[in-house]
Order: sequence, then structure tokens, then C-alpha cells
Amino acid sequence: MNTLSRRILLAGAAATLSLGVAGGTASAEDTIKIGVLATLEGAFTVLGEDSMRGADLAFEQAGYMAGGKKLEIIKGSSDASPDSALKAARKLVEDDKVDILLGPLSGSEGLAMRDYAKTQPQTTFINGTSAAQDTTLRDAAPNFFRFSTDGVQWQAGLGTYAFENKGYKSAVVIAEDYSFPYSQVQGFMLEFCKLGGTVPEKFWVPIGNKDYSTIVASIPDEVDAIYVALGGADAVNFLSQYQQAGGDKPMIGGSITVDQSVMGSQARLGKEYLVGTPSAGPIADAWDNADWKAFVAAYQKQFPDGFPSPSLFAHGYYIGAEAIIAGLNEVQGNLSGGQAEFRDALMNLKLKTPTGMVTLDENRQAIADIFLTELREGADGNLYNEVIKVIPQVNQTMGEPREEFLKLGPVSRTNPECP
Amino acid sequence: MVALSDKLTDKKAWNPWPPTRNGGILLLLILYPFIASPFWIVQIGAQTFFLGLVALSLMLLAGLGGMVSLAQLTIAGIAGYMWAIFGESTAPISLHLPWYLVLPISLAIAVVFATLIGAISVRTEGIYTIMITLAIGVGFANFANQNYAIFNGFNGFAGLSPPPIFGVDWREPMPFYYLALAVAGLAYFGVVYFRRSTFGLTLQAVRDNPRRMETLGFHVAAHRILAYALAGFLAALGGIFIVWFNGRISPGSIGLGSMIDILVIAVLGGLRHPIGPFIGALVFVLLDNFAIDLIDRERFNTVIGAAFLLVVLISPDGLLGLWDRLKRSLAKGRDESGSGGFKP
Amino acid sequence: MTANARYMVWAFVGLLVIGIVAAGAASMDVRAGRDVRLFLLTFLNGLTLAGLYFVVASGFTLVFGLMRNVNLAHGAIALLGAYIGYDVANWAGNWFVGVAAGFLATAVFGLALQTLVMRRMEGDEMRQTLVTIGISIVMADLMLAFWSGTTYQYEVPEFLFGATPMPWVKVYNSYRLFVLLIAVIIGVALWLFLNRTAVGMMIRAGVDDRAMLSATGVNVQLVFALTFAIGAGLAGLGGVIGGSFLSIAPGEDVRYLLASLVVVIVGGMGSITGAAIGALLIGMAEQFGLAYSRTYGVVYTYVIMVVVLALRPEGIMGKRG
Repeated sequence: MNTLSRRILLAGAAATLSLGVAGGTASAEDTIKIGVLATLEGAFTVLGEDSMRGADLAFEQAGYMAGGKKLEIIKGSSDASPDSALKAARKLVEDDKVDILLGPLSGSEGLAMRDYAKTQPQTTFINGTSAAQDTTLRDAAPNFFRFSTDGVQWQAGLGTYAFENKGYKSAVVIAEDYSFPYSQVQGFMLEFCKLGGTVPEKFWVPIGNKDYSTIVASIPDEVDAIYVALGGADAVNFLSQYQQAGGDKPMIGGSITVDQSVMGSQARLGKEYLVGTPSAGPIADAWDNADWKAFVAAYQKQFPDGFPSPSLFAHGYYIGAEAIIAGLNEVQGNLSGGQAEFRDALMNLKLKTPTGMVTLDENRQAIADIFLTELREGADGNLYNEVIKVIPQVNQTMGEPREEFLKLGPVSRTNPECP
Repeated sequence: MVALSDKLTDKKAWNPWPPTRNGGILLLLILYPFIASPFWIVQIGAQTFFLGLVALSLMLLAGLGGMVSLAQLTIAGIAGYMWAIFGESTAPISLHLPWYLVLPISLAIAVVFATLIGAISVRTEGIYTIMITLAIGVGFANFANQNYAIFNGFNGFAGLSPPPIFGVDWREPMPFYYLALAVAGLAYFGVVYFRRSTFGLTLQAVRDNPRRMETLGFHVAAHRILAYALAGFLAALGGIFIVWFNGRISPGSIGLGSMIDILVIAVLGGLRHPIGPFIGALVFVLLDNFAIDLIDRERFNTVIGAAFLLVVLISPDGLLGLWDRLKRSLAKGRDESGSGGFKP
Repeated sequence: MTANARYMVWAFVGLLVIGIVAAGAASMDVRAGRDVRLFLLTFLNGLTLAGLYFVVASGFTLVFGLMRNVNLAHGAIALLGAYIGYDVANWAGNWFVGVAAGFLATAVFGLALQTLVMRRMEGDEMRQTLVTIGISIVMADLMLAFWSGTTYQYEVPEFLFGATPMPWVKVYNSYRLFVLLIAVIIGVALWLFLNRTAVGMMIRAGVDDRAMLSATGVNVQLVFALTFAIGAGLAGLGGVIGGSFLSIAPGEDVRYLLASLVVVIVGGMGSITGAAIGALLIGMAEQFGLAYSRTYGVVYTYVIMVVVLALRPEGIMGKRG
């Protein structure tokens, strides 16, 4: 028999032996088990690793202690698909019996986790960075808390800035054809359309399409700007193909369009074209603020192999972990009574984070500051996102009354519209 | 190639019990939920049964019919999608029909689709099948991803669950486990006896020598298409369990990765005996859940891919074949490989 | 192929192309002004994308035609070529060196794959195919480990970057024209190689009747190894030239594989001409789909595939039986 098969059989046997043990044990009195779930496989591995760095940093800073109890961290991995996130969550919650689960990373995983949370009322779920609006806006789960902001909130201030300061009266949308970009587009269009701006056409690009040349050729001449909500390889492909085709419409960027993963890619993206591109999101690398700088310094010190500066994924998981620690401190680690006291404490937290104050609304959704930025060329020739304005305490309904906002309906290809 | 007469007079019938000849396994399977935690009952136990069921449908096609289809998971996915579309879900486009209509409709549509896939792919020679079914499966997943009117696009459907029949909550670990065990068990014994049936024997003869069977007056293509329909039924059953288990379905659930998983499960376990897919499923599920504790989770795909590769390279009969060989070499003190095995 | 059959084939291709163009034209009157330019640009985009698909798929079809080996690791090999080519191009500071490295590295890889693995299970086509699936799973994961999930894009030489003036469409992406040129060169070179050289004739003879070829005293193993090396090399080459305008990232392996599969199923297994026809149909369908019917554009390629399979199961240029 070959060694590997033997090892697999042994692994199976070992797992079977642990069956009885895994079944019966409750967590020890003085230890609190926390599961952390991120994408450690598949195309988003790099982002998942940075998420883990964020969580690790927070727990490390607390000395793996909170509310007088020891914190035991158990990690779980998904490949960014909701099915795999569920699988990993089931193992953490039902087999490892974690008290609190931190994660997941991506939007559709978050929706699946919210549904799963409803079936596991004994466990508290803290969102990682998943940013789908409906996770907390509609049909929220009573034990699912999100201390990070959603894809709509991330675009706060951008539409106004593009219309008033940049003077763009019309823009076309170029975005991937799924729920996260739908949210981003809504966040942008809410303000842009309200001020009188128009979006004559939306180019929803099917997921997996890499060749943007025909999309580029379809962009009408008579608009002022293009709003691009693409990430990673898609953003790189679109930008380089757009410039090669001689495109010169100024760009407005989604939260992940002009982030460091895109700017850091080894592609010829045309500095002159990119400078002046506004975007908005939950963090800004170059923000001149003591708390933020301290966070970045701690991250860099802890993880010399990490990114040059923490990504929004490290940031989101860091805040989630901070919330857990603060909540546990508040109740002296008391999770009895179905964690009621702990959840109460989470609800009423005024969490001081590297990006300002975070509080929760009645649906357990974060109200937090959003950063409006613009790409500039630094003294060293590298591009960076300069903070134009901090939009304070953006809530999930973008300042609208909840009833009004809910009337807008779920985001989709055709909602919102303002041709 | 094994002569046709040899096959037809093959005295060595499959032992329906696993090769260990351990009838106690059934007892163990029945008693298992009393000793295991809910997680082990559902995520390991039940999941092994229904993933094994989908892989069993591939074993039926590939092992008996010589047709390796990658689209068995697609058929399972269609059944799951139909369950969501015609039945209850949180999406507004679900039709909310009662379960006793939804179940037959879902299975029937999946079987029709399986038959169509069969009709398209049997027109070409064996080796094309794997390519064509791969392309069809990915094409369908892409379509579901883009279509919001029927398949609810990227988001798919959530809030799916087994119906409360006989006042039992089938989502509870024990009922769910026994239901999966019962269905998988029936399918397993069904395939065991199918192999000895007239149609089963004809299918194997078609696998071994289609030209001769054609000359003898058998309608080769019809037999193959019927095999697709039968296998499609098993896959569809598995698909219903998959959506009950996950509570949701979306295009990602039926993507290329999941399609390959089914092939890995079937080949890992072995395509020679219907117990193979279930052994493969058990190993796969255990690895999938506990690889993160044993090895670096990031390299899970390398481990599973390498295991698959080694099995294909060393033992075309899968772990089942390895086990047989090990037993024989222990008994006789020497290795006596070369069983008929998987001949497409 | 008889003259009649050939006539049928071209009629079929013609109908498909006319169908696609007509569908495009029909949806044109809805929009005005920029339509002719968009139509021509889309046509050029389809043509140049077809060039890339042809380069990748020709290697796939070559290997299958001779060895009946469905190499499902073809996409992973293309991505490997792209990564290696990228690293070498960076190291040498010359894009063309990267192109050569991508081709050579994957050719050597293919050679090793054939002589060390495939040769052991000759004749067992299904097992070979399963092995290639296993290899592609492991390769994809190891490449992710080594090159991480970062997106790479080549710096193509200055004279290929930017736009070339063209009639009617004003300017067109120079690099894409270059890809088309490469595809034509490779197509012609393959044709000359297969039809005008001794080795090529052996390969063609092997495609028709392997047993007879070895009976004539030809070292079949050598021919096989060479063919596999060329096939894998073409995949790597495709990876490099594709990675230079579509960027390199995890998941591209699957895209290259699926494109090759569909192109070859449509065009007919084992036929270089078929690969060209298939690539044209698929490239056009993708781009016209994007321009005129974005939602289902990605599905059209599969619709074409199913239609072809229903009408001509062996593919447009495939041989029956």
C-alpha cells in the first residue's frame, strides 16, 4: 500500500477514534472557544490569510484573555462558496463547539451564515467582512452581529463628490454581474441620482469574463465618467484594455477597484489616467490619524510577511475580534443564560476602532465612518489613496428613514435605475 | 478484453456485503447515531450517504456502462434546483407547491435532463463523454448564474428544508440520518441486483463489446440512454438530500469543483463494486472536514488531488481494489493483482 | 472526406456565422450612431480572441488526434506556461524571452508527462484522462501556493502596446492584432509541419492508424513524446500571449481548458482546421454575446456546442467513427 493512502486511512481511523470524545465534551469553565472562519483555499486565499492576521492581531493584543477567561482560537477555512463556508461553520459550531464564531469573508457566505445562525441559537455569530446588504437589513438573525459595514455603506459620499466636486452629470456603470457590485452600485447611485445625475446604461459583465475589449467599445461617448466596480484581475484587465483602446473618460472607483491589490499588480495601468480617481470604502491606507497609524504599525510589526498595509479584510476581522473582546470584558466572560448578557453588551458597545467609533443599530448592523478618497501620486512616484473626507457615522439606510429605504427593494441588475 | 460469454456466465456474483464480508457493518450503521454526536451523525454520516449516492450513480454509468460522466452532479443540482423552484424557499419566485408534488416533479425533470445528456453524449465515442458532460455541466452552471427569472441567478435559493412528513422533523440529526441511510441502502442494493438483471447484463455486454451487441440486434444507444436515465434518478435523489442538508443552492454549488469532487469520490472508492462510492465518500468527507486539523488546510486540494492521482496510478479499482489486493497478498503471501476491473 | 461532405460542412459553418452576424445586425437598429463601429470592433475582438483560442486549442486537438488522450490538464499547463513566462520575462527584461520560456518549459513538462506517466498506461484512455484530472487539481493548487492569488500582467514591448490606426474603427489594440498574427503563423506552421515534414507525416499517419504506423518501423514512442511536447508547448505559448492581454490569475486554467474543450468539440477532435473553425465560432459568439446580449453571452458558446453535437456529433471537421 502506498504511504499516502495509508495516511488517509490512518487519518480516518484517528478521526473515528476521536468520535466519542468530540461528542461529549463541553468547553471548560475558564476557557472560551472562538472559531475564526475565512477563505484559506481557492482564489481568495491571500485575502483570507490577511483576515486571519487581523483577527490574530486583536487576540494577540489582548493576550488571548478577555473578561478573565482564556480564549481558545480554532480556525476554519472555506473557498468563498457559501456551501464550503457552511461546512466549515458546522464543524466549528457543532463539533468543536465554539461559543462565538467570527466570519465569514465574502457576501454570499455571509447570507448563508445568517441562515445557519438561526438554527444555532446557542452560538453568537460575529461577521468578518462579508458585505451583502440583506444579511442584516432584511430577515436578520437575532444572534448574528455585524460590526463591519456593507457594500452600500462603503460608497457613502462618493455620488455626491462625483456630482458636486468633480462635476460629472452622467456616468455609465461597469460592474460584475452579482450581488456585491449591485450593492456598490446602489450606494453610488443613491446620492448621484438624487442630485440629478443620470446613469444611462449599466454594463453588467458576466462573472468569469476576462476580455473587456467589447465592453470598452460599447461605452457611449456622451457620458461624463465611468463608474467601475470591478476587483482584482477584472479591474486590471478592464483598466489596461480601456487605456489601450484610447479610452479617456474619467473613472469613479468602487471600494475594491483601486485598492492596493490592483495598484500593486504588475500591470501597466497608466498613472496619468488614474490620478484623480475618487472612490470610497471602510478604510484608507494613507489616513493621517493616530489610531489608524498605530494599527498599521502594530500590523506591520506583527506580520513582516503581510501586506505593506492591512487590507480591509484584516481591518474587518480585527474589528470583529475587538468587539468580541470588548463584549466579553463587559460581562466578565459570562456566557451563561444563552449568552443573553453578552449579546446585550454587544448591542450597546461603543467600540473604539482604528477607523473611528462603531455602534450597532437595532438589526445588529454597524454604524461607522466611511472614507472618501482620491488617487494621488506620492513623492516616491507611487499611487496612493488620499483621504478627501471622512463621512461620519454612516448607517445601513444611508441616512434615510428605515421604512423609506426598505421601500427601494432589494438591489438587482435593474434596481436602482436613473437613465 | 473479457469475452462476452465469460461475463454472462460470471459465477462470481457480487457479494452485496462489503468485501470485508462483515455483515455487522449494517448493525453498526444502524446503531451509529446512538454513539455519535449530531455533527458526526449529519455532517459525516448522512453526508457520506448522499454524496455516495451521487457517486453511486456515476459508478452505475462508468462501472457497468463504461461511460464516465462528469454531469452527475449537474443532474443532482437540477433536482435540487427544482425542489427550490417548485417548493418552499425564501426567494419570492418559488412556487410553494406541496411537497408530494414537488418531489416527483423534481425527480422527473432531473431524469429527463439526464436522459437528454445521455442522448447527446452517447452519439459520440466513449472518450468524448467526459469532455461533453464537463462542458454541459459548466454551461448549465453558467446559465443558472445568469438567469434570475427561473434560477434566481448568483444568489440562488435559501431556506430549503425537508418537508415535515408523518409529523417528523426530518432536519433533526437522527431522522435525517436514517432517511439518508434508507435511501442510500435501497439504491445500493438496487444497483447490486440491477447488475444481475437482464438489462444490467446487457449493459455490461454493451460496455465490453458494443459492436457485437449491435450485430446481435441490441439497440446499443437505447441501452446507454436508459442507463443515463437510471443513473440520473439516483443522482437526483442525492441532489434532493444535498439541498436539504445545505438548506440552499446556488450556481457555486454545481460548479466545476463540485463536479470533479464526485468523480474523485467514485474513483477513490472504486468503480468495481457499488460499495466503492460510499467508501470514497467517507474518505472524502473525513478529509474535507479534518484536513485542517491534520495538515495545512490551504493545501487540501493538493492532498485530495494527489490521493486521487495515486489511486488512479496504482490501483484503478480504487481503495476497494487496494483492500482486495492487500487481503489477497496477505492470504497468499504474494500479490495477485489483475482483476477485470474498470474497462471503459 | 468526400466533396459532398465538405460542402455540407462549409454550409453548416456558413449558416452558423450568418446566424451570429444576423443576430448582431438585428439588434443594431435599436441603437444608432456608434453601431457600425461597435459592430466592426466586436468583429475584430472576436477574431483576435479566436486567435488566442486557436493557439491553445490546437495543442489540445493535436494530442488527442494522435494519442486519443483527452488531456484535461491542458488548461493548467497553459497557466503554468504563463507564470513561468512571466517570471522569465521579468528576469530577462524581455517579453520575447518570456514567450520562448513559456513554450519551452511547458514543452519539457509535456515531454516528461508523456514519457513518465502517460506511456505507462497506453491504450487505457480513460485512465489517462483521469490522471490528467488529478494532475490538474494538484498543479492548480501548487501554482496557487507558489505564485499566490496575485494578478500578474506582462509588460509587452512598447511597439505592441497601444493602438494601431485602422480604417472605419479609427484605432485598434495593437497587441490583439499581433495575437491574431501569431495565431495565423502557428496555424500555417502547424500545417506545413504536418503536411510537409517527415515527422508530420508520421503524426498524420498515426492519427489515421497507429498500429500500421508502428508496423512500418517508426519509433511511435518518439512521435508520441514529440507530439505531446508540442501540444503542451502550444498551451504554454497560449498562456503567455493570453496572459499579456487578459492577465494571469488563479482560475485562468479552467477558462483555458473549457475554451479548448468547447472549441475542439465544436471543430472536431483531432483536426487543426476544425480547431480554427471552432475557435472562430466561439470567439465570435463570446464577443457578439457581450456586445449585444450581455446576460446570456457566456452561455452562447455552450448552446453552439450542443447544437453542433446534435447535428454533427463528431464536430464540424471531425471524422466519423
